[in-house]
Amino acid sequence: MPADFNWAIGGEAGDGIDSTGKVFAQALSRAGRHVFTSKDFASRIRGGYTAYKVRTSTEKVRSVVDRLDVLVALTPRTIEENLDELHEGSVIIYDGERTTMADVEIPEGMIGLDVPLKRLAEDAGGAVMRNVVALGAACEATSFDIEHLDSSLKKHFGGKGQAIVDNNKQAARLGQEYVRDNYPDADLEYALETTDNDYVLLNGDEAIGMGAIAAGCKYYAGYPITPATDVMTYLKGRIEQFGGHVVQAEDELAAINLALGAARAGARSMTATSGPGIDLMAETFGLVATSETPLVVVDVMRSGPSTGMPTKQEQGDLNMMLYGGHGEIPRFVLAPTTVEECFWKTVEAFNLAEKYQTPVYLAADLAMAVTEQTFEPEAFDMDAVEIDRGKVVDEESIADHQTESGGFKPHEITEDGVSPRAIPGTEGGAHMSTGLEHDEQGRRTEDTEMRVEQVDKRNRKVETAREREDLSPREFGDADSDNLVLTWGSNEGTLVEALEFLEEDGIDVRILSVPYLFPRPDLTAEVEAADEVVVVECNATGQFADVVEHDTLQRVKRVNKYNGVQFKADELADDIKQTLAAGQEVEA
Amino acid sequence: MSSEVRFTDFKSDKQPTWCPGCGDFGTMNGMMKALAETGNDPDNTFVVAGIGCSGKIGTYMHSYAIHGVHGRALPVGAGVKMANPDLEVMVAGGDGDGYSIGAGHFVHAVRRNVDMSYIVMDNRIYGLTKGQASPTSREDFETSTTPEGPQQPPVNPLALALASGATFIAQSFSSDALRHQEIVRKAIEHDGFGFVNVFSPCVTFNDVDTYDYFRDSLVDLQETDYDPHDREAAKEKVLDADKEYMGVLYQDENSVPYEETHGLDSSMADIDHEGAPEGATDLVREFY
Repeated sequence: MPADFNWAIGGEAGDGIDSTGKVFAQALSRAGRHVFTSKDFASRIRGGYTAYKVRTSTEKVRSVVDRLDVLVALTPRTIEENLDELHEGSVIIYDGERTTMADVEIPEGMIGLDVPLKRLAEDAGGAVMRNVVALGAACEATSFDIEHLDSSLKKHFGGKGQAIVDNNKQAARLGQEYVRDNYPDADLEYALETTDNDYVLLNGDEAIGMGAIAAGCKYYAGYPITPATDVMTYLKGRIEQFGGHVVQAEDELAAINLALGAARAGARSMTATSGPGIDLMAETFGLVATSETPLVVVDVMRSGPSTGMPTKQEQGDLNMMLYGGHGEIPRFVLAPTTVEECFWKTVEAFNLAEKYQTPVYLAADLAMAVTEQTFEPEAFDMDAVEIDRGKVVDEESIADHQTESGGFKPHEITEDGVSPRAIPGTEGGAHMSTGLEHDEQGRRTEDTEMRVEQVDKRNRKVETAREREDLSPREFGDADSDNLVLTWGSNEGTLVEALEFLEEDGIDVRILSVPYLFPRPDLTAEVEAADEVVVVECNATGQFADVVEHDTLQRVKRVNKYNGVQFKADELADDIKQTLAAGQEVEA
Repeated sequence: MSSEVRFTDFKSDKQPTWCPGCGDFGTMNGMMKALAETGNDPDNTFVVAGIGCSGKIGTYMHSYAIHGVHGRALPVGAGVKMANPDLEVMVAGGDGDGYSIGAGHFVHAVRRNVDMSYIVMDNRIYGLTKGQASPTSREDFETSTTPEGPQQPPVNPLALALASGATFIAQSFSSDALRHQEIVRKAIEHDGFGFVNVFSPCVTFNDVDTYDYFRDSLVDLQETDYDPHDREAAKEKVLDADKEYMGVLYQDENSVPYEETHGLDSSMADIDHEGAPEGATDLVREFY
């Protein structure tokens, strides 16, 4: 384990917890430290407990841990909520002048820094900056150079003018000085090292948005929904600079249909939502597939069913994405496994959508979508982005795809299943497309032979992709191990960190993290080669485990978590250890 | 090409399966003629059709077209137009598609004011499913699913449009070929969302709202001194419980279409780069 440090700010929703946390995370990133953040919040504008947690190290961090070293507590509940993670020597920064905090008791062995956050903020220019005073105090408690915080404050408040930036810097200094002057003897053992490394700090939703622009996406329609809204927020104001447009639709039904319209007009087009929106979009998803329209549909999964726990982690929509919709719908389902992969899989999703003229589900999950993490900027190397638009015909090549009477064939029966695509405006390309079964020209048909030919043709695109695309899983751990752990989505980073805990117990495992869920790699050989197979996922029933059993005709063991919180590395290592042990007992 | 375009160029080689005498024949003819008359050709025209008898229109016309899911034609049309403002976009559907399952989109399409036309073939009945009440059926109109009539007032699409901020509201009658074509033409020419409710009688399942009924009762605003630019006058007309009108009921001369408000002036279909667009690396730098 890298020597890491864990910090959090907690209070009530509406207290500015999120933005304060991000300012501190950015300061750490600018100091050349790696950062992995997590959020704990209630789905209310105001009134619920919420916290922004930052794990930081000079080495790469991939998951959250059960430890808190410094906590900024704006409410007594913040301390109660985190008692299990606080330890001897933990520092709690609070404002004893706040009525609700006046009687707060600092647990035995911990260091309480009572800082008049509001009063000092007012001295600096306004009570609204009280959280920034706390950040200044945190800098002092961790021997962290406040200039990194200045740099972050400038980034976040620069748009509001230099005076605001200066006031915030001053607020931070007042917090820093207050701790220095009033707690000269406190045993503050933390010292956050800095490095010269340059990192970028972003979350999965932002990476998806950036990936979309990189891929040439010009049109986004969406309806706000937690935790997918950040995709739209990111694109708005940015995509326009690249000739694109964002529409806030009246509902998810409109969102996917607007996006479908733009895709029919030839734009690279996308919508993003979460489970409830995916349900609403399901009917149109079938139309997208039947009309052979390239479209990217992002599902940032949250806890379901129904409204579920909107701000909590879950990977419960896999079955919906694999099988959702009436009839049989050829599709792609890609699941990024990290924030970085959110970017690359989005780029790939656009290429797959256009190469195979098929809808693509991009299955992200809350744990990676709304938490900021650091990466080396080269992780998002724009020079490595490639665009493949597939079989688009122009006015010259169109003649090869017309009937004798000049009718264009948008659903031409071809060997690889992919038909020519004429973008509206192309002379000689006018054609109908429809959700009804149709002939090669897109005209409605109930001809039994044509029906079978069209179904086969559409399904053949999936088979073609299986042959042409690299669907390999991502591999970690010991390739020769008899213990195989399979997972998908954001669990990858946690699993990689769990390896170290398992090693300490003398357990080796081979990890395969699967980003292609349909079409997907054939894992039969890997599963057969292993003595024990464990599938790790954040849902109750083991949807991916079912898929693996279906594909490989082998029973697998399951580690599931569905309480709304993502896995933690030590906890996951324990779960895997116990699951493997249980298997051995049965065999014995 | 456009100078040589004839309205029959917009006709596909599929023969309509509408019942003989269906109003939709006339409605479609007027649409094709108006498209040709306004200088469009099939390769720059995009027709979006809804579901229902009216929804078949995309199959019988020749142009770029999509026949979507029930009730969602309007957002599809808006998406097409935003992504390529050079296309002439026409959305066509029925009263069920537009005012029942798609009523939510109707309100928002009107508000959005994308420069396209919306032709609703209003026959006040569900024809394709063989005669159930539609949102515009009369309160006492007896059908298999409403033996005592719907017992609720019909949707008033014109008033709904006006209340939602429409910039162009018109009503026509499929059997009055010249007036219908002229009204659709005005909707196409309008800078914004051109909404036309077309009385398009169902001869099979609706024996109340018939050709005779509309012929006898419709008042053509063209034959009065009505000023379609007067919103207050339009309010009175669309809420008139005693009479039904034909013609342009309201047109906002200062209408600014969505594309203009949002600076959409070119096709999004072209991608002139094989990798990420120029300047994309700046997006990464933003995250420092």
